[in-house]
Parts: sequence; C-alpha cells; structure tokens
Amino acid sequence: MREETPFRRFVSEFAASKVAVIGFVVVVIVALLALLAPLLAPQNPYDLAQLDIMDGRLAPGAKSLTGMVFWLGTDDQGRDMLSGIMYGLRISLSVGVGSAVIAGVVGSSLGLLAAYVGGWVETAIMRLVDLQLSFPAILVALMILAFLGKGVGNVMLALVIVEWARYARTARGAALVERRREYIEAAECLALPQWRVLFRHLLPNCMPPLIVIGTIQVARAITLEATLSFLGLGVPITEPSLGLLIANGYQYMLSGKYWISFYPGIALLVTIVAINLMGDQLRDVLNPRLQR
Amino acid sequence: MSGLTLEVRGLSTHFDTRAGTVRAVDGVSFSVRRGRVLGLVGESGSGKSVTGFSVIGLVDPPGRIAAGQILFKGTDLTKLREEELRRLRGNRIAMIFQDPMMTLNPVLRIDTQMMETVFAHTKVSRQEAWERSRDALGMVGIPSPEERLSSYPHQFSGGMRQRVAIAIALLHRPDLIVADEPTTALDVTIQAQILAEVQTLAREYGTALIWITHDLSVVAGLADEVAVMYAGRIVESGVVGEVLDRPLHPYTHGLIGSVPSRNKRGSKLRQIPGMTPSLVDLPKGCAFRTRCSHADAACAEDPPIIEPGPGRSLRCFHPQLESVA
Amino acid sequence: MTTWLLRRLVQAVFVMLAMTVIVFVGVNVIGDPVEILISPDADQAERLRVIAAFGLDKPLWEQYLHFLGGVVQGDLGKSFVFNEPALRLIGGRFPATMELAFTAVALSVIVGIPLGLYAGLKPDGLLGRAIMAGSILGFSLPTFWVGLMLIMVFAVQLGWLPSTGRGTTAEFLGIQWSFLTRDGLAHMVMPATNLALGNIALVLRLTRAGVRENLGLEYVKFARAKGLSPSRVLFVHVMKNIMIPVVTVIGLEFGSVVAFAVVTESVFAWPGMGKLIIDSINVLDRPVIVAYLMMIVVLFVTINLLVDLMYTVLDPRVRLDGRE
Repeated sequence: MREETPFRRFVSEFAASKVAVIGFVVVVIVALLALLAPLLAPQNPYDLAQLDIMDGRLAPGAKSLTGMVFWLGTDDQGRDMLSGIMYGLRISLSVGVGSAVIAGVVGSSLGLLAAYVGGWVETAIMRLVDLQLSFPAILVALMILAFLGKGVGNVMLALVIVEWARYARTARGAALVERRREYIEAAECLALPQWRVLFRHLLPNCMPPLIVIGTIQVARAITLEATLSFLGLGVPITEPSLGLLIANGYQYMLSGKYWISFYPGIALLVTIVAINLMGDQLRDVLNPRLQR
Repeated sequence: MSGLTLEVRGLSTHFDTRAGTVRAVDGVSFSVRRGRVLGLVGESGSGKSVTGFSVIGLVDPPGRIAAGQILFKGTDLTKLREEELRRLRGNRIAMIFQDPMMTLNPVLRIDTQMMETVFAHTKVSRQEAWERSRDALGMVGIPSPEERLSSYPHQFSGGMRQRVAIAIALLHRPDLIVADEPTTALDVTIQAQILAEVQTLAREYGTALIWITHDLSVVAGLADEVAVMYAGRIVESGVVGEVLDRPLHPYTHGLIGSVPSRNKRGSKLRQIPGMTPSLVDLPKGCAFRTRCSHADAACAEDPPIIEPGPGRSLRCFHPQLESVA
Repeated sequence: MTTWLLRRLVQAVFVMLAMTVIVFVGVNVIGDPVEILISPDADQAERLRVIAAFGLDKPLWEQYLHFLGGVVQGDLGKSFVFNEPALRLIGGRFPATMELAFTAVALSVIVGIPLGLYAGLKPDGLLGRAIMAGSILGFSLPTFWVGLMLIMVFAVQLGWLPSTGRGTTAEFLGIQWSFLTRDGLAHMVMPATNLALGNIALVLRLTRAGVRENLGLEYVKFARAKGLSPSRVLFVHVMKNIMIPVVTVIGLEFGSVVAFAVVTESVFAWPGMGKLIIDSINVLDRPVIVAYLMMIVVLFVTINLLVDLMYTVLDPRVRLDGRE
C-alpha cells in the first residue's frame, strides 16, 4: 500500500476526468514538439540555404526536388509547413508561457500586497485592476503596441500588462480569506518578518487558485499573441509565431491554397483547447469550495 | 353527488431517482367535502406536500403518480390530459404555497400577476379583469387595493404577499384550495388573522380546503377533519376533536405529546425518538416501528387499515386506547 | 435617482480624464513625437521651428493642458497619411463599425437566446449537450482563425458569399449602409457571424443558466398552479427574470464587440475604424491612433452608464431602492 500524499491524491483526482488527461497528454506532446523542434523538424525553416523557392506553395504530401516529402505542404518561400509549425510553436509557447509567468509574479505580488497592507495601497491597486478589467484585453494590448511599436519584447510587455490584473484580483481574494486563518496569526505572534509571513506563509496557501488562473491565462496569452501577430502588430517576420504563419497564408487562401494558413491554425487550436481542458479540471480539483 | 368535492383513493406518487424509487406517497386515501377543511399533518418529508402537488397535477419528473385515483367532483384527474388539467388549475382548484417571499414573480406587477390568472380561464375585458383583481385584494383585507395593484411584490410585507397569493387563489371562486403550509413563514399574529379570514371565505363560498401543515395547533383551530401522515402513508384520520382528544396511533400520540401546552407548565416535553426513515426503497411493514415503543414482530407486516369508529381510520396493530398523558 | 445619476456622471468624467492622461503619456512620453512630426533629413533650424510650433518645448503639464483643450474642442490633429482631421477620419469610418457591431449583437441575441432556452429546458438531451459543447468552442476559438475558416469554406470552396468589403451601400440619413442592399447584406453575413460567435456562446450560456435556475423557483410553480399556459410561464414569467442579466451582459459586451471588430474588420477587409486603426498603428499615424482611443473611451463610458440605467429600468427592485 502506497502512502497517500497530497500530490498523489491530486494526481488521482485530476485523472478522474479522461478529457483532462487527454488535454494533459496533448499539452506535453505540443511542448515536446516545440522544445525539440531543431532535432525533430525535417528542415530548419529559417536557414535560407535549406530552402528552394522552386518548392514554393506545394500541396501537402508533395515531394521536393531533392526527394523530401512535405507532409503539410510548403509556403510561398518553399518552407516545409510542418517544420514551420514546430518552430512557430516554440515562439507561441514561449511568449505565452513567459508572459503568463511574469504577469503571475507581478500580479500575485501586488494582489498579496494589497490584501496584506490594506489602506490606500489596496484601494489604489484594486482601482487600477477594476479600470484595467473594464476594457477588453485586445484594446489594451493594441494601445500599448501603438505607443511602443512592434517586437517580441513589446508583445510580451503588452500581454503582461493585459494579464496581471486577473492574478492580482485572484491573489487578493485568496489572501483575504487566508489572512484570517490562525496560522497567519501564529506567524505574526512569533514576530516573523513581514516579507517572511507574506511569501513563506501566505503565498503558498494562495497558490491553488493562482495555478488555475495561470493555466487559463497561458491559453489566453497564446490566443492574444496569435491575434496581434495576425494583425501585423506582434512578433517580427524573422520570428514567426503561429499567428504570423496564419497571416502569411491568408493571401493564398483565396486562391485555394488553404494549407499555408490551415495547418498552423489547427496547431494553434489544438494547443489552446488542450490547455483549456486541463485548466477546467484543475479548477475542479483545486477549488477548495468543491473539495469534499 | 354526495357533496364530496375531492376523493382520493389509493394515491401513490413515486420518484425514480438513481438511488432507487422513493415512495413519497404510498397508497393514500382521503376525501374533503364542500365547505369543509381537511388538515393534512406530518413532519417534513412525510409526503404531505407531494400529496398536495399530486392533487393539483404539478408533480414534476422524476416524480410520477404511480397508482390511485383523484376524483374531483367525480372526474378522475389522473386520467386528464395536461391541457384539461391546466384549465382546472387556478380555476376550479387553486393552491397556496408556503413561502410568500418566493411565490410571486419579483419582476411583474401585482396587477399583471392577477389579471393573467383571470385571462387564463375567462374571456373578459381588461377593465373587468382589473376590477375582479381589485375586489379579490379587498376581500383578503388589503387596504386601498386600487393603488396596491400597481405595486411590485417587494413593496409588500410577507403577510401582505401571502394575502395577495390567497387573493389570486380566490379569483375564480375555486371549489378546492390546496394550502401548503401557507402560514408557516409568517408571524404568529398575522398567521391567526389569515387563518380566520381563510376559514370565513371557505365557509362563505362552499370551498373545500386541504390545509397542509406540521402544526397541530393550526389544525385544532381550523380543520374539521384531520389526516396524519407518516413516511408517505396516512396512519390515522378522523374528525379533528376525536383524533386530537383520543389519538389511537402511537405516532399521533407522540405528535400531540410534543406540542407545548399551557396546562402542563413545567412538565417535560416528550419527543419522538429517532429520525424519519429514508423513503428510498422503504422495507415492507409499519414505517414507524423503528421509533415505536409498542412495536413487535407483527409490525414487520403492513398494518391493514381499520375503522375503529365512524369516519375514523387507522393503520396500526397496537391502537393506544389510554388518553394522552 | 438624480443624485445617483449625477454621481455616475461625475465618475464617468473622471474615468475619461484618467484616460486622457494615459493616452497623452503614452503618446508623448513613451513615444517620441518629434521623430514622427519631422522628416529625418530636416536641419536643426527646421527641427526647432517644428518643436516650437507644436509646443514641445513647453513643460509637460502645459502640453497636457493644450492636448486636453484640443480634446474638448474635438481637435486631435491631422492624420499624417490622409492629411485630414483625425476625428473626421475616424467619424467617417464609425458607421461601418457600428453597423457591423450592432448586427453582431443582434445575431448573438437572436441565435443565443433560443439555443439557451432549448439547452436549459432539455439539459440532458443530445441536442442540449451538443449546444453546450459548441459554446465552449465559441469561447476558445481565436476570432481571426474562425474568420479565415469561414472565408475558406463559404467564399473559396462553396463560393456562396463574398469574402471582403462592404458591397453595395445605400444612403440613409446621409450615411452609407450595407444592410439596405442585397449585396451589402451578403457581404455582412460572414463578418457579423464571426464577430457574434463569442457572444452567442455567452448569451446562450447565460440564458441556459437562467432557465435552469428560474424553473426550479417557487414562482414558476405558482404560475403553473394559476393555470397559465406553459408558453406564458416560459416567455413572460421566466424570460422577464432572465432578461435582466442577459441585457446587462450584452450591454457591457458591446464595447468588447467594437474592440474585437478590429480583428474581424482586418480579416474581411471591412472598411471600419478597426481596419483604420490597425493601418494607422502600422504606419505610426499617431493623431488617428489618439482619436480612435479617445473615441473608444467615450464609447465605453457611455455604454457603462447606459447599462446601469437600463438595469434600473428592468429590475423593479433596484429601481425603487435607488429612488428612496
């Protein structure tokens, strides 16, 4: 008989939903494809020496002059779409995960601070959160990119600014509940330094809802980044994410060469849906109100 | 016709749930005459409310009427189609609910909620529907009904809302009113007023009344006859005075013993030990036997209905003949 | 009621002021206006002349007041690209975006409410569950990709619908509209559907949840006990209760619809202000960007105010409590 640890219980509860497990497996596969793209991809789509413009806009399954099979076709530059998608995933995932993590750190810290300090600090932070959340994400992101210009860094900054408010609101909510618990009181009675109470005691107990928000925010960030890149305001052409691949294929779609846009779109879709399925189950498992 | 407004014969209402079949009402028979009041008494979960909803045809799935007849002025309601039932509801048979805070629609004005009830059953002008609504409000003792008609429910107190609900029930001068604990949620003084008013109105129009309650003192003051329900069955019934003065079933004994009384100040209230049994796949036999001090091996069989006196019925192997202590 | 309205109006003015600060800081502090206003090969004298002409040598707060004065007078500068007042440019594109947004909102109500009612009445049925599963897709699919797929299927493969532009427009009240001509309507079908998808999912979920919640309430049983027909119970009693949250959310979402029109207009080359703002960002046509942002802020604040007002009209409980 194995010992029942909180982690094992979490795993078994999470695995209770088959759909969520499928979501998890897909997320792992997608992440591996992105991480190992340089090893797995049939070609390096950004090494111009490997490209031949004569292979441009070939249909899926076609062979190149050198005998290589383009399973998902090629784009106008003669790039293998399968390789392009794997490299695109790298950009999309790193921008999505990166911005979600930074926003998570910034937002949670501000949320905890608001709950812990209270007073005008709390009022100021939460007013900002309210103002921010009353405008749609796409608009805020557009505004920031309009001020700052394009580029991977600026897109990430825009995503962080769009996302931090949700973490802050969640962290503050969770912290307000936890603050009233006795262990915080005990820590304060021991005269532990405030930062220690905040980060070693309060934060770990506020993690579950933040993890749930984080998962869903990754999916939202990937979608938003793809949308911005599609609009031509996101990542530069030298670092094409899935959104930019789709945008590049857009002009050829009207002439029936659907694959240049279609397959990157499917990759994007599968990634987002898988993350959301995982997030749904995480919410059910980690939500203390639903725990028996 | 015999003057019987309603005669229920062997009514069984079951709920098919995943855990099993719940026999919420199990072979219940009773009748109510014109202008008379039947008190249907029992604890929560005894099936008294489900009996009321069965009569008016508002048992929702997974519930269903599994057996029995509900004869309303000679017509078996269980045989009627939904549209025929709808024409009777609110017209010949009306119902008053427990919580007046919840029964009126919060976003519709009182006149809308009253007039639509008029239009549902008769073709009259708006003017006439409005006048009828006003008269009904006046009848249940709501001051300046003309003005109150254009109010919303939240502008009324709980007692006033229940009066509105009663006024709606009275709009078509029904032959039968099923009242499901209508005064439980109200203050005691308002409860008394409403009881008195309903009683007068029922007498005046010859309306038969089924008054569902867990409160024996309400039954004592209001009802002509009483039926005591336990775990989906009527365990004892008869004329109010007789049943309350000389209860025969141990459960009725227990109920009466647990009512606080002025006469025996200082003496300990008796309580019935144990809990009402779960109704899911209830085993055969007297459902009360697990809580009954008189139970023996015989009680594992279903007790037959016996008639210990004129108009009385009883389901027990061990009638208690000594009076309530 | 009047004090409430007054308080809300003051709040609205403050939000707008806050936004002018943000936009001003964004454009003039984070970005460098000199770089945009002056061609790179201008000499130093020319530079200084322009800086002085635009007041860029004055202290920031003075510049802000000047900017604010312009905002109040509706003067937000001229577009570098079109050499036309930015506000007039945005105003000219405004009707096309509004037409698209209103059609999308109308669609989300017309489609979302019946689907939500059905799914709420038959939650365990096959169709009811299919509707719910579909609504999850409506939330998680990226708008632009759905737009592309619509074009691929209905314009390219089937050839049923035109893929870009507004089509033939007709004049009404001095403004050109697409919905008045057959061709214009055909052009509107795909963009409007695309823009509506997310909100259809939202409205249907709200409606379904409302039906499920309200059907279990006592007032429904009482309404049935009064002998009302099932359709009256559903469409008058239940609907009136559901409409309160639905109308509130639709109102609040209208701003999002206008914002997301940016994406849809880009996909379908719909000549609205969303398409204009993307083009302007790409060429750094700042007066137009500022004009768009200010326009959107005014729109949002107005919508929030209207929704609050509507809420008090719809829900008698709020209405009367507010008056007292």
